[in-house]
Amino acid sequence: MSSHYEAPIREPLVLGEKSYHDISMEVGAPVFGKANKSWWISFTIALVAFLWGLGCIIYTVSTGIGTWGLNKTIGWAWDITNFVWWVGIGHAGTLISAVLLLFRQKWRMAVNRSAEAMTIFAVVQAGLFPIIHMGRPWLAYWVLPLPNQFGSLWVNFNSPLLWDVFAISTYLSISLVFWWTGLLPDFAMIRDRTEKPFQKKIYGILSFGWSGRVKDWQRFEEVSLVLAGLATPLVLSVHTIVSFDFATSVVPGWHSTIYPPYFVAGAIFSGFAMVQTLLIIMRKVLHLEDYITVLHIEYMNKVILLTGGIVGVAYLIEFFIGWYSGVPYENYVYLSFGAATGPYWWAFWALIICNMIVPLSLWVKKLRRSIRWTFFVALVINIGMWFERFDIIVIDLSKDRLTSSWAMFQPTFIDIGTFIGTIGFFFVLFLLYARTFPVIAQAEVKTILKTSGAGFKRLRAEHGDHVSHDIMQFEKEPGRSAFVNPNAVPISAANDEKVTRVDVKTQQVKINSLLAAVGTFNPDVQTQDNLQRINGIGPVMEQKLHQIGIFTFGQVSKMTEREYELLDEIISEFPGRARRDDWAGQALTFINE
Amino acid sequence: MAANTIHAIYTDDDVLMNAVKQTRAENYRISEIYTPFPVHGLDEAVGLAPTRLAITAFLYGLVGFTVAVAMMNYIMIQDWPQNIGGKPSFTFYQNMPAFIPIMFELTVFFAGHLMVITFYMRSRLWPFKKAENPDLRTTDDHFLMEVDAENHDVEKLTQFLYKTGASEINLIQIEQDH
Repeated sequence: MSSHYEAPIREPLVLGEKSYHDISMEVGAPVFGKANKSWWISFTIALVAFLWGLGCIIYTVSTGIGTWGLNKTIGWAWDITNFVWWVGIGHAGTLISAVLLLFRQKWRMAVNRSAEAMTIFAVVQAGLFPIIHMGRPWLAYWVLPLPNQFGSLWVNFNSPLLWDVFAISTYLSISLVFWWTGLLPDFAMIRDRTEKPFQKKIYGILSFGWSGRVKDWQRFEEVSLVLAGLATPLVLSVHTIVSFDFATSVVPGWHSTIYPPYFVAGAIFSGFAMVQTLLIIMRKVLHLEDYITVLHIEYMNKVILLTGGIVGVAYLIEFFIGWYSGVPYENYVYLSFGAATGPYWWAFWALIICNMIVPLSLWVKKLRRSIRWTFFVALVINIGMWFERFDIIVIDLSKDRLTSSWAMFQPTFIDIGTFIGTIGFFFVLFLLYARTFPVIAQAEVKTILKTSGAGFKRLRAEHGDHVSHDIMQFEKEPGRSAFVNPNAVPISAANDEKVTRVDVKTQQVKINSLLAAVGTFNPDVQTQDNLQRINGIGPVMEQKLHQIGIFTFGQVSKMTEREYELLDEIISEFPGRARRDDWAGQALTFINE
Repeated sequence: MAANTIHAIYTDDDVLMNAVKQTRAENYRISEIYTPFPVHGLDEAVGLAPTRLAITAFLYGLVGFTVAVAMMNYIMIQDWPQNIGGKPSFTFYQNMPAFIPIMFELTVFFAGHLMVITFYMRSRLWPFKKAENPDLRTTDDHFLMEVDAENHDVEKLTQFLYKTGASEINLIQIEQDH
């Protein structure tokens, strides 16, 4: 028996005494159930924001980029700020699923699905901005290496903007297949659990017919590992290339060799902040507190601390080198004395306070484990990281080398509307996802249940590490509704001792009433039948029926609506089962054989 | 003529693991196992050969790299060389530093996507494919081992499987028409 040992001082990653079945049902609950009121309210708000943004986009495209607040000095502003902000947010998902998989971090399993979803939705928002900025989005295919109609004027592979096209599309598509491959077993779980025919059909299509053969799992694990290996450098490359958009230019403040690592750290920083923002709400709304625990939040806060620390050091270095270079232009870059005291002082200080000062509070363990404080800090970081990109772009451009061209940037109604629209679009996608997708990689969580589940940890603490960790010990409803293969002939019963006993004493009145209707069994003159021949009665159900006093087909065949209800009350585990399968009708056919 | 298999259902991965080892030691043939999650080491216990998908990924990566080099060499050096910001475009080698990001991206793009497509094709996964797990509970918390019962005493085999800890044992008879 393979060992499931984990150091006892490690806190459990799955709280509560969970069985594998509990995980399926709790992860599937939002999909099986109906949307509540707060979901509809948030969805409506997000949809309105999205539609507003869509209107702004349509107005921009039909009128021109002049509807934005750009001027001759500041030719890039909100659009690229938002682009970089969204791409940065899109870094946490693949980092969690790829890098943490390579490092064998078990806590990733509860958060990777949603973080990846967030990644994909964020990159979709990011991709919108360059396409809108093209002015003629229907010509977006010009960024592809296709010959033009006049000969063969190609795209310029020396340009970091073209690198971006390749990097972002590779990142988006690889993240998507990584996400989807991981989703297949979970879609299959929903396909097999749901009782609605429509859902069964849809999830059947989405699950690609996943059956869970041992060979499939072997390939699945290999594919996940290789994709993680490929995606890890990919995550690092994407924001490196985004930073090249700035670093390969000769604009003071942009022309900086520190940019690639600094941007990557900043991206992970902002990505984790967004994951925290979303998951803290999601775990509450979808009742997943047992899976996304305070420990997960603390781990993510530690990543935020690390990457935030890198970002903070990078700020200080930028500030120092700008001053130390003695170049007068550097006195107006986004991290300089000039910026701190100039017309954009508020943007400078927003950056410093949000990204450097406030996250420092996470060094305190108590605050790091406080959900409210984490949520607050995550929001502050989201704002701070938006300001970082705004500062890099707008402050650096606003005071160029020629004092005569110094200018300020005023966003228009359209700039703001488009940005809010992408936030709305993002939440529309995320809310739809939270209702229809298994938001936790349940198959993966099941693999760590025995090592890191609270119930199994308690068991090991009580019985030592050599205990046989049999899931049956947690099984609350053994032998649940047996799916019976039409070709199958049951030929063996389950172990009797595992069956929980019917509470005969408290149910005595109901049992008497039931037996009065169907008749009692007299072992002296009657022989008992094999009740398991009835479709819907498994070994466990048979045990329970025996405990009540039902042993023959004759008794079962006398059951009517009223007796079915009584039976459901006595044996609460299988509500409606007997009626659905028409036990009485089946029993009658067996009597007449 | 009926082809017989026995479906032994387990409710625990460790019990299943032991059962697989015992079943193989008794020289019974396990034709398939369905599990709700990857059971570590099960593929080895069943005696499956290691998957070669990682090797295909490497080869696909080489293809992607080659495509990137050939494409950029043709576009930037052969077909229409241009002086862009004074960056040398006389030979591929001189211009190469600017091409490294795209070489990397296309390597990853080809390796990742083609490997996943290969996985889907080999494991027969695609939209509208019908699921083939014989028991719906195998995607939840049950583990199903399919044992070949042909030429075996079914009664004996059943007794044996029962002792390995199976919670349900079903005989599957597939009637084959002439």
